[in-house]
This record gives sequence, C-alpha cells and structure tokens, in this order.
Amino acid sequence: MNGNSPKPYGVIAEFITPADVMHAAEKVRDAGYKRWDVFTPFPVHGMDKAMGLGNSKVGWFAFLGGVTGYTTGMLMIWYLNAVDYPLVIGGKPMFSPFSAFPPSYELTILFSAFGSLFGMMFLNRLPRLHHPLLKNRRFARVTHDRYFLVVECADPKYSEIATHKLLEQTGSSHIEVVEE
Amino acid sequence: MASTDKTMALPETPAELERIPLVSNQRSIGWISDQVCAIMEGKLPMWWWAAFIPSLMLLCLLGTMLVYQVTTGVGVWGNRHPVMWGWDIINFVWWIGIGHAGTLISAILFLLRQKWRTAVNRASEAMTIFAVMCAGIYPALHVGRVWYDWWLFPIPNSNGIWPQFRSPLMWDVFAVSTYFTVSVLFWYMGLIPDLAVMRDRCTTKVRQFFYGLFSLGWTGSNRHWRNYEKAYLILAGVSTPLVLSVHSIVSLDFAVSQLPGWHTTIFPPYFVAGAVFSGFGMVLTLLVPLRSMFKLEDVITMRHIDIMCKVTLATGSIVGYAYGMEFFIAWYSGNPSEQFHFLNRAFGPYQWGWIMMMSCNTLVPQLFWFKKFRQNLKYVFIISILVNIGMWFERFVIIVIGLHRDFLPSNWAYFKPTWVDICTFLGTFGLFFTLFLLFLRFLPMIAISEVKGVTPQADPHHPLGGAKPKNNGH
Repeated sequence: MNGNSPKPYGVIAEFITPADVMHAAEKVRDAGYKRWDVFTPFPVHGMDKAMGLGNSKVGWFAFLGGVTGYTTGMLMIWYLNAVDYPLVIGGKPMFSPFSAFPPSYELTILFSAFGSLFGMMFLNRLPRLHHPLLKNRRFARVTHDRYFLVVECADPKYSEIATHKLLEQTGSSHIEVVEE
Repeated sequence: MASTDKTMALPETPAELERIPLVSNQRSIGWISDQVCAIMEGKLPMWWWAAFIPSLMLLCLLGTMLVYQVTTGVGVWGNRHPVMWGWDIINFVWWIGIGHAGTLISAILFLLRQKWRTAVNRASEAMTIFAVMCAGIYPALHVGRVWYDWWLFPIPNSNGIWPQFRSPLMWDVFAVSTYFTVSVLFWYMGLIPDLAVMRDRCTTKVRQFFYGLFSLGWTGSNRHWRNYEKAYLILAGVSTPLVLSVHSIVSLDFAVSQLPGWHTTIFPPYFVAGAVFSGFGMVLTLLVPLRSMFKLEDVITMRHIDIMCKVTLATGSIVGYAYGMEFFIAWYSGNPSEQFHFLNRAFGPYQWGWIMMMSCNTLVPQLFWFKKFRQNLKYVFIISILVNIGMWFERFVIIVIGLHRDFLPSNWAYFKPTWVDICTFLGTFGLFFTLFLLFLRFLPMIAISEVKGVTPQADPHHPLGGAKPKNNGH
C-alpha cells in the first residue's frame, strides 16, 4: 500500500534465560493481550500455562485419521475378497475380521500419523514461506540460544508507549520494533 | 556465542543423589548448535571420503546385481528346492530388524520419558529409514518378475482379481510400507526445528533456499511448539504399537506356515526382541566411532553408551531365553518332526551356523554385565559388530535350517549362496552407507532442539535456566 514507510509488525523483546521469558509471558498474559507470542529454541515447559493456552487440538486430527484408516482397511478387504471377486483359499472364510485386522491396524496407524503431522501443520498455518520476524537479524538467534516475546501491532490493546513500558518492566535485554 | 550461565551458581546436591548429566561439561545451549552444525559446515574430513567412495562403489555393485537379476531371472540367486527362501529373505529380515532400534528409541523411549534418547534418536531414525530401504529391495526383487510387483497393492489385475488378504505376506506389505512411511514422517517432523537452526546460520544461497524451504517457515513460536509437541506425542504413541507390530507380522510370515521350527507362537515377541537387539547393535556400531570423529563426546556421553549396552544385554538375554524355550517346546510337544528339526539345528550339517548364532547372540552380550566392558569403547564396538553378525546367522538358521531338510528325506539338500547373492548383500551396505554418510553431511545428526530441551539451562525452574533461588523449592 504505502511503499515508502513500511508498517510496523510488532515489538519484540529479547531474553537470555527461559525463566525470564516465562515471567514476562505471565505479565503480558495478565495484561490481557491477545495477539502475542513467545519464541524459543526448544519447547519450554510451563510456557503454555504462562501464556494461558489450552490443550492442542492435534489429537482430533490424529483420531479422525485413525478411524478413517481402520474403516478403510476393513471395508476395502471385505469388498475386495468377499464381494467383488471372492476366491476360496485353503477353505478359509471369504471375510474374517481377524485376518483383515493386521492390514487395517497398519492403516489406522498410517492415517493417524498423517493426521497428526498435517493437523499440526494446518493448526500452525505451515508451511509459511515468509514471516516478518525471519527478516530480523537479531531474531535469527531464536533458533540458537535466545528467547523472544513478540506483541503484534494488530493486538487491540497494543499502544506504542504502554506496550514498550510493560516489556521494559519484564527485564528484557533488548526491545525493538519489527517492520512488516 | 557467549555462554549464558557464567554468573549462575549451582545448587548444592548431595553427591550420592547426583545424576550424571546428559550433556557433559555444562555446555551452553548455543554450544550444542555450534558443535552439531560444525559437522555440516566445516571442511569434509578425509575419513568421510574414505568411507563414501567405497560405499558409492558398492552401491554401483548393487545396481549391477539387480539389473543382472532382473534381466536374467531369479535363478541367479541360490534359492533352489527345497530352500526356496535363501539369502533374500535372510537379508530382508536382518535389515528390517536393524531398523527397529530407531523407532524404539524415538517412540517407546519418548513415552517412557527416557531423556537420554535425545542424543541418539536422530541418527537412529536415519539408520531405520535407510535399513528399511535396503530391506525393501529383497521382497520386491525376489518375486522374480518385478514388473508384477503391483499385484501386491490393492489394484485388480487384468482378470479383475484382487490380492487376497488372508495371507500374512499381504499383511507384511502393509506393515513394512506403513513402517517406512511413518518413520519418514516422524523423522521429518523432528527435523523441522533443526532445519530452521540450519536456515538461520547457513551462509550460502543454495543452503538458505533448501533449509528454508524444508523448515516450512518455522519460527519457534510457542503457539506452534504446543501443537508440535502434541503431534510428536501422538506420533510416538502410534509408532509404539507400529514398531511392535511390524516384526510381529514379519514373524507371522513364518509362524502361519506349517513348518517345524517356524510354526510357533513364541515368534512374534521373540522376533521383536531380536530386532531391537540387532538395532541397538547397529546403533552402537555407528555411534561409537562417530561420537569421537565429530567430537560429540559431551552429547553422546559414556552414560549413553552404558545405557545402550544395557538395552543390548537385556534384549540379547530375551533372545537367548527364546532359543532355549524353542528347544524345550520341541521336546515337550512330543512332536517328532519338531524334535528332529531342533536336533538338526544343533547337530546337523549347518551346525556352524547355529554355533555362530548361539555364541554371538547369547554368550557375547553377557559381557555387558560388567562395567569394564560397557565403558571400554573398543569392546563395545567389537561386541556390537558380533551382535550384528549373530543376528544375521539367526535368520540364516531359521530360514535355511528350517527348509533344507523337510518331511521327505529324498528332498533334502545343502543350500549354498551364489556369487550374485553375496554381491547383492554387499551392495546393500553400499546403499546404506552412501545414504548415511550423505545424511551426516547435510542434516543434523543430533536432534539439536531436543538436546537443548533436556539441559538444565532449558528448565525455567532450574537456577541455570534463570530461576530465582527462592523459586527453587519443589
């Protein structure tokens, strides 16, 4: 839109230890922000609670995948061997849930594995080829040994002065505004 | 990068409660990425080329042998009546067994909260995938006419006939292909945060492009980690029954038949234990040299080696118990064919195979009862290779001794492999090591973010993680 002055994306605060960023997250959570996030090189235990996040929904995707896999296996084997072209092999029944179980079991696992990976990607809106934060040189250390807290400008409570002040109180070692 | 823990004081812990840390020398979390990424960033060491070139040559040998087999016919292998399953199925079961340690480490040990797994899971998962690829060659090629392999998939043939699912061989198709796919998914998902590490530190445009593409735009967001950890947990949860089922189903290829020595109910658990045993053997064979060549002694510590030796000892003892139980049941069943088969195993013309199996699989691992052997890398390396050899002979004993003397003495014969059998087997090592060496060069062989996560600096409730002393009371 306005090519000359890039829009600010958010304000990022850098931290040196996981405990610092977790206490900062508690403060930002209590201040009532909605569009903010914590970035860490590894999952920090207790951070979901500090951010006020509930349980992840990936489980539903995996469950649906598993149910689909098992039903597909059973129905497929029944249709192929008992309906479409029945063959007598060793006098065994045309369809038995027991002999159909092992392939259906494998399909359950296969589909629920796909469900959990793709469910994770869908919920995280990945793959994402561009992200404003990934252009920031300081932020590159998030995969190395630094911890960041980012409040987006799109947050309804965001204000340049108050948000800065809040982040300064958390003991961040470096605060800056990142552009879109 | 500067260490972050210079000013922090360690808490006082009584010496007897002290656990050996998973990352030695209190390395900072930045050190972990530096050290692991150095493998991919530094100049290629000479030994890498010294290993890669022969591997590539063996891979070419494999290609030649497979082309020769396909163009000439399956008769170039030594499979003859009555031994219709020869080296092809031995090698298939051997490679797929090796593949079991990777998923065991990544899935079962994850559910059991064994934090030491983080240092070894990535390399073992890679080993799993490459071993399953080597294994997959054999069933695909041993059918004789590879262009009919699609009959194994639920596609009707030209007469409208479908594959029949009452056969364990069909179950095996589903088990092995699911195992391969899920192992790749699990491995890739674990790689995403580490590919982002590489993306953020690599300097060349080509690397930035590819690591950036495959890390999917990972930012380390906690909202993402939340879904990621749940997905990882579920993958571990579904891979656990998977890894147990795959070798069980492989064993059903044997156990569902009517053959003495094969038709036993002990096969599924015994095969799974044997697979884990051989897999840990291979993990030790690979990691014992790699940890010193890549200076990763602080990540793959002697404690890791010690634990893996203990797993090898435990599974080796289960396998030894199963060997004994097979003999007992043969006697106890009162079945003359069964009894003949087991006497023939121990005292027949293939006695040498049986002795190799018994000594390498049941006697040698017993040395791991002694700390002296578990802590000496030379012994660990030699024993791990003997375990691999022993487990190859186990499959040889089951398949060849099981088949070479069947119910009619006029059918009896002495099986010998052909040169094509031997060269094809050597060739699979070429495939395995070519892929593994490329993996070492281009992908992080240690799960960087997972190892960081098990250090005390990563724990917000630990003083090294920045917790204030008053918060330290649990």
